[in-house]
Amino acid sequence: MNSNPSILVVDDEQVVRDSLSKWFREDGYHVSAAGSAAEALQQLQGRKWDILLLDIKMPGMDGMELQQRIKEIDSTATIIFITAHATVDTAVKALKEGAFDYVTKPIDPDYLSHLVTNALKQRNLFNENLKLKEQISEFSRADEIVGESSQMQKVYDLIQTVSKTDTTVMIRGESGTGKELIARAIHSNSARRYFPIVAVNCGALPEGILESELFGHERGAFTGAQYRRKGKLELADGGTLFLDEVGNIDMKTQMDLLRVIETKQFARVGGNEIIRVDFRVICATNKDLEKAVSEGSFREDLYYRLNVFTVFIPPLRERKGDIPQLANYFVQKYSRAMGKAITAISPEAMDTIVRYNWPGNVRELENAIERAMVVGRPPIIKPEDLPYQLTEKNHVLPAGSLAAIEKAHIVSILEQNRWNISRSAEILQIDRVTLYNKIEKYGLKKPSAG
Amino acid sequence: MASAINILNASKLEDERLGELSQVVGQVFGLRTYVTPALLNLDRAFDASRGQYNSTALLVQLLNQYGQSDDKRIAVVAVDLFIPVLTFVFGEAQLKGPAAVVSTVRLSNPFYGLPRDEDLSLRRLEKEVVHELGHTFGLYHCHQFECVMRSSTYVEELDLKRLSPCPDCNGQLKGLMLNK
Repeated sequence: MNSNPSILVVDDEQVVRDSLSKWFREDGYHVSAAGSAAEALQQLQGRKWDILLLDIKMPGMDGMELQQRIKEIDSTATIIFITAHATVDTAVKALKEGAFDYVTKPIDPDYLSHLVTNALKQRNLFNENLKLKEQISEFSRADEIVGESSQMQKVYDLIQTVSKTDTTVMIRGESGTGKELIARAIHSNSARRYFPIVAVNCGALPEGILESELFGHERGAFTGAQYRRKGKLELADGGTLFLDEVGNIDMKTQMDLLRVIETKQFARVGGNEIIRVDFRVICATNKDLEKAVSEGSFREDLYYRLNVFTVFIPPLRERKGDIPQLANYFVQKYSRAMGKAITAISPEAMDTIVRYNWPGNVRELENAIERAMVVGRPPIIKPEDLPYQLTEKNHVLPAGSLAAIEKAHIVSILEQNRWNISRSAEILQIDRVTLYNKIEKYGLKKPSAG
Repeated sequence: MASAINILNASKLEDERLGELSQVVGQVFGLRTYVTPALLNLDRAFDASRGQYNSTALLVQLLNQYGQSDDKRIAVVAVDLFIPVLTFVFGEAQLKGPAAVVSTVRLSNPFYGLPRDEDLSLRRLEKEVVHELGHTFGLYHCHQFECVMRSSTYVEELDLKRLSPCPDCNGQLKGLMLNK
């Protein structure tokens, strides 16, 4: 019967202990009784009890004090007080200190039965809630943020720091570095994690549509608005609003957004009703916002509102040490998703993967692995399974010395610019004379035409 | 294993009604069931402060007076029963023990200000006797709505139950009766 709900009866009167124990045993509960507070505390050391029925008046430590001590051992304990002489004061005190309920002897059996059933239901809901919260935490920990490089350790530290606050965060990094994953990690570790994170891709929506998407609209606000629609701001209430590609927002929406961030209230498009919202803003961009501000295409006041705490995600080429781990992670991910028995990457293929400079960052790496998983044959991914561009010489950085890398990079830029020296020098951010010197040093020759 | 059920009558039920009760209970448990007068000292179980009779004290008397018999015994009394912590009980049984007691007081309509209905009272009594005897065989309360082993703290709940245990409880009962 030990899997059944458990009840501990604490009363100094033997007859009460016996009759209650017997009554609950017939219901199939696991019941035990204690004749004093000390005995009850001893029993609490041994196991958890779902419900504790406590007598208030007992010699020595009384029920009230016992409740405090029980809460120290198990803060979630469900306590019901049973007493022969109820007073309003003691009842109020007991409930204030966290008791589930308070009943006077003799108790109506129907009432007692319902009371215990309700207490158990509430306890089960509480436990279920805890379990679900744990599952959410587990789920959020299992995010796709992979990498043990020092650069990523810094990013993790920043996530930990900023998660504990409600500060606006700006995530910066090249396209494909995983800015949304970082935003989700911040949200998942914050106090708002049980509320939604609502992502808006500001770059993907034209002017007008973005406004309606963010603020929602009233019926008839514009042609085609047949129904009232909640915007992302309303949906993010209590949680986090993630504004991706924030640098692409038009000037009018920038102004509206600034007002919402400052006042936490807005009206739907075509409406007058003021809606109050509470959300945290996390935004991301791969644009040079400072330049956009100086050029006048991004509001300076909004920039300062958003740019409170910055998390910079390094491009993949700057944390090459993470590439094998990431590549293997994606192999496992797609192996499970596709049900394909490819479990590893051959050393040659891994070498190619690591040497490639990954301009599309983690997203490009993931796509490359997904493709290799499709075309490859179990059990390993071979170099020929990788996308063509990985094996192109101009994208593969040579292993070895810095000079070798410099040489390869110069060749690459020169070829891209058809050996236009001025343009290549400009891209390489060196003067033309230096470029000529390096061409001579590395013995580079312009390929003959035809 | 108990070979018979002894209904100990300390109520005002007529012989005919007791005969019906005995027959029905015997059918449910598949055991010989017989009625004898109860030799109980009700006064010793009386609690003057509550004006009720302590059912546990009556159970103790049943155990002491009929200690030699292997039969399950259930006393039917016409006094209001209680256990110290509760306002009343319809009956009380020893879980996996030989004795039980039920009261007819709260099973009759006039107790609730309603017109007398002897048939209904008897049906309630039959269910309550079967329920308490179920406990003596080792059955716990059941969550099946119509099972006789469902806990009833309200007289109308008794009316909703069937007289017999649900298939699950019946299976358990068979096992418990064989293992005893």
